[in-house]
Amino acid sequence: MADDTLLDIKGLVIEATSYPPGEPPKNVTLVHGVDVNLKRGRVLGLIGESGAGKSTIGLSAMSFGRGGVRLTGGTIHLNGREIRLADAKTLRSLRGREVTYVSQSAIASFNPAKQIMEQVIETSLSHGLMQKPEAEARARMLFKKLGLPNPDTIGSRYPHQVSGGQLQRCMTAMALCPKPDLVIFDEPTTALDVTTQIDVLAAIKEAIRDTQVAALYITHDLAVVAQVADEIMVLRHGRMVELGDTGQIIKSPREDYTKALVSVRGIEHTEKPPAAPILQVQNVTARYRGTNFDVLKNVSVDLPPGQTLAVVGESGSGKSTLARAITGLLPPTSGRMTFNGRTLSPDLAGRTKDDLREIQMIYQMADTAMNPRQTVGTIIGRPLEFYFGLKGAERDKRVQDLLDHIEMGKGFADRYPAELSGGQKQRVCIARALAANPKLIICDEVTSALDPLVADGILKLLLNLQAEANVAYLFITHDLATVRAISDKIAVMYKGAVVRYGQKSDVLEPPYDDYTDLLLSSVPEMEVGWLEKVIAHRKMESAGN
Amino acid sequence: MHPVLKLVVQRVALGLLLLLVISVVIFLGVEALPGDTAQAILGQSATPQALANLRAEMGLDQPALTRYLHWLGGILTGDLGAALTNKADIAKSISSKLGNTLFLAGSAAVIAVPLAILLGILAARYAGRWPDKVISAVTLTTISLPEFVAAYFVIFFLTQVFPIFQPVSLVLPGMGFWEKLHAIALPVIVLVMVVLAHMMRMTRAAILNVMQSAYIETAELKGLSPMQVVWRHAFPNAIAPVVAVVMLNLAYLVVGVVVVEVVFSYNALGKYLVDHVTKRDLPVVQAVGLIFAAVYIFLNMAADIIGILSNPRLRHPK
Repeated sequence: MADDTLLDIKGLVIEATSYPPGEPPKNVTLVHGVDVNLKRGRVLGLIGESGAGKSTIGLSAMSFGRGGVRLTGGTIHLNGREIRLADAKTLRSLRGREVTYVSQSAIASFNPAKQIMEQVIETSLSHGLMQKPEAEARARMLFKKLGLPNPDTIGSRYPHQVSGGQLQRCMTAMALCPKPDLVIFDEPTTALDVTTQIDVLAAIKEAIRDTQVAALYITHDLAVVAQVADEIMVLRHGRMVELGDTGQIIKSPREDYTKALVSVRGIEHTEKPPAAPILQVQNVTARYRGTNFDVLKNVSVDLPPGQTLAVVGESGSGKSTLARAITGLLPPTSGRMTFNGRTLSPDLAGRTKDDLREIQMIYQMADTAMNPRQTVGTIIGRPLEFYFGLKGAERDKRVQDLLDHIEMGKGFADRYPAELSGGQKQRVCIARALAANPKLIICDEVTSALDPLVADGILKLLLNLQAEANVAYLFITHDLATVRAISDKIAVMYKGAVVRYGQKSDVLEPPYDDYTDLLLSSVPEMEVGWLEKVIAHRKMESAGN
Repeated sequence: MHPVLKLVVQRVALGLLLLLVISVVIFLGVEALPGDTAQAILGQSATPQALANLRAEMGLDQPALTRYLHWLGGILTGDLGAALTNKADIAKSISSKLGNTLFLAGSAAVIAVPLAILLGILAARYAGRWPDKVISAVTLTTISLPEFVAAYFVIFFLTQVFPIFQPVSLVLPGMGFWEKLHAIALPVIVLVMVVLAHMMRMTRAAILNVMQSAYIETAELKGLSPMQVVWRHAFPNAIAPVVAVVMLNLAYLVVGVVVVEVVFSYNALGKYLVDHVTKRDLPVVQAVGLIFAAVYIFLNMAADIIGILSNPRLRHPK
């Protein structure tokens, strides 16, 4: 073993016990003999879809199995000593000192009852690495390096008092404070808005470079990892697919699976010409009860039949609130909405059964949008009974029809949601919306929780269904690649107002307004060095102003 | 106004309103009882004239609303009226007995609350392993014993087998603090046995609930010891539900210990209430009922306020 090897994992096997409904518990193997070799100061990207085992492998560098996961085979050498079978005391001495961890959700990972500083320096103190003043000084230095506002005082705040992006940087400071040899970054920017992600990503990259720490960078987003990693390992179903330099993986992937990952979002969609609208939203303003500020400000959009209006924006921009106003869940305080030539009642109680039937919704979390105790057949059959009074064999036939439409075939009607994959669940939700024979489907971040390849499949399905049934989509998303793939019209929302609106080709063409420019330029591109280019460009621009 | 202060003021106002409502309920409840106070005092052979005179004298011929307002006004000025049976001033009788009640309840609480929380933390730390099982088994056994059975066990062991204490908890004015404490040792032991399990189980459950959070995994990945994880990261987030149950048990220690008081002949509020219920002395029943209600409301209000104060989101708004 060479001297500069920090982490050396050989033939790692990881198992867990699964509890399928109605069957005895069984052992499942999550990781089948993976090797990882990481030298000091290097950054290895672990990439793959959910279930690829990337987080599980990452945490094995601390010999930690999350939620009953067991590291059952192979060897893990950290700093030259084997840790897979090490006792609890040895593990405690290395966790938080030699290896630290940055999780996907800093908001969940910070203790809400304690000040940020106390948590950031906790490891340095409990491992006896530093005295309190020294640790606090280091924390403040890191806060500053990570570009946090008010680095001298932010430590005295509580986690809920800072934004998600800031807290994610605080967590990076927490990981770097005890001067570890290795940091595991587990999807550190996935939960952030795209404009926030770029800042956090740049801060993490700079901190890694300045502190000379080695890192395992786990993500499902190849464009993101290409900005940070020296090498990339592609994982699938707990096996390594490909390992190579970042440039090689991006430019000339060898394996088919990697090629598919690189070329994801290759959907071509030609914009349809403007036409008379089926949905008109005019000057709609809305606020939540008991609050005194408008969450929707004078919003006006149109949507022609059989077309897609993409509503883009960051979290909190009012995208989902617009959907709630259109569906009648949040009656607007002013403005009017018309649908198919008739005026829509502002609140749900005033809508006719046809209003309800013709506007359907699909949600982000297909999991929670279905009753786990109903079969797929019951779930899809319910709108058929409710709107059309279909019963018995007639209903079952139509259910099978819809299942064929969503490319799921026979045998699925009797299954429960828990027996379906994430993509299949979302397909069932689509079928349920289609069952009502709607003219408009509101899709609220329907692909956000899905892996890229699965999401692609869902988008293709939606486009095919639109061509067949001439249904219009109001497509809410924060993902600009999705917008390009599916929309005919685009509305960009910011702080409750529509800041840019029009045909796709117009909206995505310069000149941009400031916000749209920021949004578009923040989307990571699959190109080594993209991050530096954008950051340098922005610095130049702000210097020029 | 700071949002926390506003919440606390709201909560206190709600507590006072609740107390007022309860005073109405108690008054109406006593009013609805069958029987006639004058008749009860004078007996079956009283003449109608004597009954009417007594009613007039006691104000019983006034409408209910007038009598309620009169009673309420009296309470606000510290006048709880006189007992029917011996004409004694109720406020005076109660104040000495309330002191005894609070002394017993307080002594039991000082032992039971920290012990229950400590055992709960230990049980959570070793969840599913033998310390957890032993703690649960012992505390559940003691809570399952009826109080009087537990009391007689304790009396048998600690006065007969090991004659350390007296079987009767006689507390007299002029006794020193330690003397008094020695006198009430047995009821304190019994009360601790009774209230321990509930608080311990709640502490354990609240901590285990918090232990599912992502920040507990963060703490584990920092290399903290399991006890540090529980004490520094889990417990501060489990305070609100624990305090709620602690307060319920404190309330029980004040108002629910009649059986224990009777077994040990301890001269306190519960015994006083029972004595006067048997004598149909309604003004005393009303007054003690209201005091018990006030204790319940006050302790639960305190639990809510502590819960509010323990929430950093409310304490430090954005």
